[in-house]
Amino acid sequence: MQFFFEVLIGGLLAGVMYSLVALGFVLIYKASGVFNFAQGAMVFFAALTTVGFISMGAPFWLAVALALAAMVALAFFTERVVLRPLVNQPQITLFMATIGLSFFIEGIAQLTWGAQVHALDLGIADEPIEWLMGNTGMNVSKFDLVASGIAAALVAVLAVFFSKTRTGRALRAVADDHQAALAVGISLRRIWVIVWMVAGFVALVTGLLWGARNGVQFALTFLALKALPVLILGGFESIAGAIVGGLIVGASEKLAEVYIGPHVGGGIESWFPYVLALAFLLVRPEGLFGERRIDRV
Amino acid sequence: MTTGRKAGAVILEIDDISLAFGGVVALQGVSFDVRAHEIRAIIGPNGAGKSSMLNVINGVYHPQQGSVAFKGHRRHVVDPHEAARQGIARTFQNIALFRGMTVLDNIMTGRNLKMNSNFLQQALYWGAARREELEHRARVETVIDFLEIEHIRKTPVGRLPYGLQKRVELARALAAEPELLLLDEPMAGMNLEEKQDMSRFILDVNDQLGTTIVLIEHDMSVVMDLSDRVVVLDYGRKIADGTPDEVRNNKDVIDAYLGVAH
Repeated sequence: MQFFFEVLIGGLLAGVMYSLVALGFVLIYKASGVFNFAQGAMVFFAALTTVGFISMGAPFWLAVALALAAMVALAFFTERVVLRPLVNQPQITLFMATIGLSFFIEGIAQLTWGAQVHALDLGIADEPIEWLMGNTGMNVSKFDLVASGIAAALVAVLAVFFSKTRTGRALRAVADDHQAALAVGISLRRIWVIVWMVAGFVALVTGLLWGARNGVQFALTFLALKALPVLILGGFESIAGAIVGGLIVGASEKLAEVYIGPHVGGGIESWFPYVLALAFLLVRPEGLFGERRIDRV
Repeated sequence: MTTGRKAGAVILEIDDISLAFGGVVALQGVSFDVRAHEIRAIIGPNGAGKSSMLNVINGVYHPQQGSVAFKGHRRHVVDPHEAARQGIARTFQNIALFRGMTVLDNIMTGRNLKMNSNFLQQALYWGAARREELEHRARVETVIDFLEIEHIRKTPVGRLPYGLQKRVELARALAAEPELLLLDEPMAGMNLEEKQDMSRFILDVNDQLGTTIVLIEHDMSVVMDLSDRVVVLDYGRKIADGTPDEVRNNKDVIDAYLGVAH
């Protein structure tokens, strides 16, 4: 039983990391109805920019601040070059544009900082928490716990921001109806810049945590794929959904690996979430927390 | 109901507006004015250019020729978000509400321009942002009372019947405390009772808040009851302009509506 909990907790904590990636998608989807394929590239770009500045001798916090500035610049660039010319185009067009954008960002990142794998040290050791180890015998990583704490704080801030403030409401309004948003005096350009900035900030936090864990490398861009089952489970437009979806994916893949894996030859961790998501699509296509759209005919 | 009590100064002046989409001419040299505190109706057969006119006034469409002067500021091209800033609010023919949001949140978006806490304060929901939120919530409640939609405050708009959605859209426009309110077919698709309610609200808004209203409507009895002056468009041209009685007896108007033998 103790082993079960150890696996479960490890899975949940890993799940929080998935939630972070999914969160970036949810933000942009909520505000513009666009599935931003470039989110993974943004994570990679943010992390690589941070370690790039660190390797140039900048102190950690300065490097993070500079990377954040780069993400803000990227938000302005994206609005000006991609979103503004494509206003009122079908969503599929915007989706294709974000695919192009992802290649562009990946290219720029590697052109500027090189393609080697970099290590990133946040000063948090990836080791078992001794107190927990001593008292219960469970092996829970200190790093995972801190990462979860950071993610939780980020989510709390975003949730309040979206539901209680003028800008948050404007973001949701833009997502619903561009024309009406303009008529009540919401500036679409400003909103798009803000939402891409916030998504850039989330990408930076995600990139730092994932980079510290797995190394800052091109593989970070594939995180986007890990976010898919999380989004399908949780729903594309719900912050709460991204969290719960991430937890479910994290916990279920670890438990499946340990308890089902041995019977089928192992290695199921990497594909189990997708099967789960597929099953979910059949039962509840809008996700746990997604909005069920009712169309009047 | 032309009372003559509303002889305000000219607040909106449309001067020689022409608008075309490719080869299709929507408006051709249309000019008219709107006086403060009056209810001005734009009528005309389908495709006459009524909605296009409204879209020009709040900047959704940019005319090829002519200008719009609101409160003395003359512009050739208006930006919708700029128009809102100057005090123009509107509703849409096909209801443009934020369907996923509650009635309350929808109306709160109408207060968007009146709120000015900065982005950082909002991100932290701190200080001014919090105070402002509560203050504006109170203003929104008065609009909700005014339009008698207390019972549906927390309902997501997408679940409401059509007539109520129209009313919520009006509430959102009113929340901005506009000087000029543009209503694009506020009673389209309503039953008799809903039409009477909406007429009453429009008159109340005009009467109690002093808001200037420009409205497009197909139901002639409604137009004749509500409006102080009427502009008639046909095929993108202005064919008549005057009080409801004058317009009703105008030969061109009768021809446009009933057809004429060529």
